[in-house]
Amino acid sequence: MTTQTNVKPGGGWADLGAGDAIPSLTLPPISRTTLALFAGGSGDHNPIHIDLDVAKAAGMPDVFAHGMLSMAWLGRMLTDWAPQSALRGFSTRFVAITQVHETITCTGTVVETLERGGERLVRLDVQTANDRGEVKLAGEALVALP
Amino acid sequence: MIDRKYIGREMAPLTVDVERGQLLFFAKATGQTDPIYIDEAAARAAGYRALPAPPTFLFSLDLKRPDPFALYDEMGVDLNRVLHGEQAFRYGAPICAGDVITLRSKIVDIYDKKGGALEFIVTDCSATNQNGEDVGGMTRSAVVRT
Repeated sequence: MTTQTNVKPGGGWADLGAGDAIPSLTLPPISRTTLALFAGGSGDHNPIHIDLDVAKAAGMPDVFAHGMLSMAWLGRMLTDWAPQSALRGFSTRFVAITQVHETITCTGTVVETLERGGERLVRLDVQTANDRGEVKLAGEALVALP
Repeated sequence: MIDRKYIGREMAPLTVDVERGQLLFFAKATGQTDPIYIDEAAARAAGYRALPAPPTFLFSLDLKRPDPFALYDEMGVDLNRVLHGEQAFRYGAPICAGDVITLRSKIVDIYDKKGGALEFIVTDCSATNQNGEDVGGMTRSAVVRT
């Protein structure tokens, strides 16, 4: 589900400025099935994400989401907004653990536009947060302007 | 304390196929709805030779090693105490279904914080395709709770 809080009223690339938000992406609540599917689809079979016995033995209260699942969702938000061929860099810090049953929203905000290597780029702050606004991933993306 | 001798350690190059089936499974597992990542015709219409790999998929290709967590064992690190700290991607030529990608990974840093309570293992990976083209790379920081 994508909310259309678009970059600017009627705005296009040329009008991008600091503080503009790109369309956010809110995901369905994370289930254990979500994690099992992502373990299979991503090839990350670390049992701490899918096996409650292993998670508890490691001192965690429950299994928890792969950080790369949330980063993939951030990637979806970015490629929903701009073609992937425009993506130059994408990084994140995993700030807090994303728990089962949380509802995660991805957001992106323009920080600046800049020139690099003969291209005009936009630097976005990107993050994921749960429905209480607790930030889970915080990072940035560099996207080339057409 | 992880032995700092592992800084500079290069993993054996890994050559892997980009499988269409795995791209579709990854798309399903991440709730992807953009037809470019699901529908061959839409991918071609967007200028790709086949289904493109999404922005974080290089991480999944790296997990196709026979035992992706073997180095933790060798370093004496308990996988259950490892968390993902940071992840960054840089981009080159697109990665598409049918490609054969070679990944070259190296441990570029190991350091600790909080008086050794947390240790960080930083790995950099560069990737090329079957034509020798640079398809980008990634840097991962793993956090070990000691």
